[in-house]
Amino acid sequence: MTEEDVQAWVGRTAEDPPADVVCERGYILHWLEATENANPLFWDSRVADELTGGPVAPPTMLSAWMRPLQFVPGRTEKRMPLSLHFDLKNALDLPEGIVAFNEITFGVPVRPGDRIRTTQSVRAISEPKTRKLGTGRSWTIDVTYTNQRDEIVGVETYEMFSYKREPAS
Amino acid sequence: MGASSSRDWQPQHHDHDWAVNRAGTRDIFLNTPNQAGWIERYVTDWTGPRGRLGKLRFRMRRSICTGDRLAFDGTVRTVSTDDAGNQWADVDVTLSVGEERATECVVRVALPRDDGDNPWARAGDAWTPDAPGPLDIPRT
Repeated sequence: MTEEDVQAWVGRTAEDPPADVVCERGYILHWLEATENANPLFWDSRVADELTGGPVAPPTMLSAWMRPLQFVPGRTEKRMPLSLHFDLKNALDLPEGIVAFNEITFGVPVRPGDRIRTTQSVRAISEPKTRKLGTGRSWTIDVTYTNQRDEIVGVETYEMFSYKREPAS
Repeated sequence: MGASSSRDWQPQHHDHDWAVNRAGTRDIFLNTPNQAGWIERYVTDWTGPRGRLGKLRFRMRRSICTGDRLAFDGTVRTVSTDDAGNQWADVDVTLSVGEERATECVVRVALPRDDGDNPWARAGDAWTPDAPGPLDIPRT
C-alpha cells in the first residue's frame, strides 16, 4: 500500500447503526462500582430530580453505550466498536493497538432509556514510527455521539498507536 | 471490572496471556474509558454533585497495570466565567504510579456561580464547554 493509499483514509467516515444496548440503571451501577463513585447524583433520586430532572448516566460512561453486543441472534458478522480503527488496523496490517490520547466534550446528559448512535471519521494518520511496543502508525479518530432525539451527547477524539511487534531475535 | 463496566472486551484489558505475549505489554492494563471514569470520580468528589464535566483531555504516557498503585493529584489552574455565564474550573489532574506520571489530564468542570446556579440546567447555547481556555495538553 502506498503512502497515498494510506492517506486516502483521512476523511473517511462511518455511520454506525443505533447501539445494541440502551442506557440502563444496571450498567450505571456497575460503572459506579468499578470507579467507587459515590456521587449522590447517581445514587439518590431526590438529588437527581433536583439537579437533572431525573436520573442521568455518569458523563464518562459515554462510550459504554455504543459498544456492540458480542452476540445477537441472526447477526452473522461481529460488529466492532470504533470500526474505523479496526478497519485501519486490518488494511495496514497492524494487528495490535493502544489508545494514547483521549478527549471528550460532553453535551446533553445521557439518560436511562436513551439509545446512542455514533458517527466516526478519520482525522489524521501519521508517518510510520517505531516505539517500544513495535513499528506502526498513529491515527486520530473523531466520534460524535447523538441520542434518539438527534441531540449531541458528546464528541470524542481518540489517538491510537497501532503496531506490529518486532520479531523476537 | 473497569473493562467490563465500560463494555470494553478488547483482550488486552482482561487476558494476561494476550496482553503480555500478543500485545507486548507488562500485563493487562486499565482501559481508556475506565481512566476517564476514575478522573470524573476524582473531580466530582471535589465539586460535589452540582459539578458538571464539560470537557476532559488526557494523554496516557504509560500503561497502568494490575498491581500498580495509582495516585491522583489535582491542581486548579484557572476559574473563569464565560460569556454564556458558565463558571469553569480548569483542573490539571495527574495519575501517577510511584514516581512516574502515567496519565496527564486537564478537566474542565462547570461549578455553580452561586447557591441558585445549577450547571446541569444549562442547555443549547448556554452550555459552552468549548469556550476558550487553557486546555493545553496537545492532541497529537
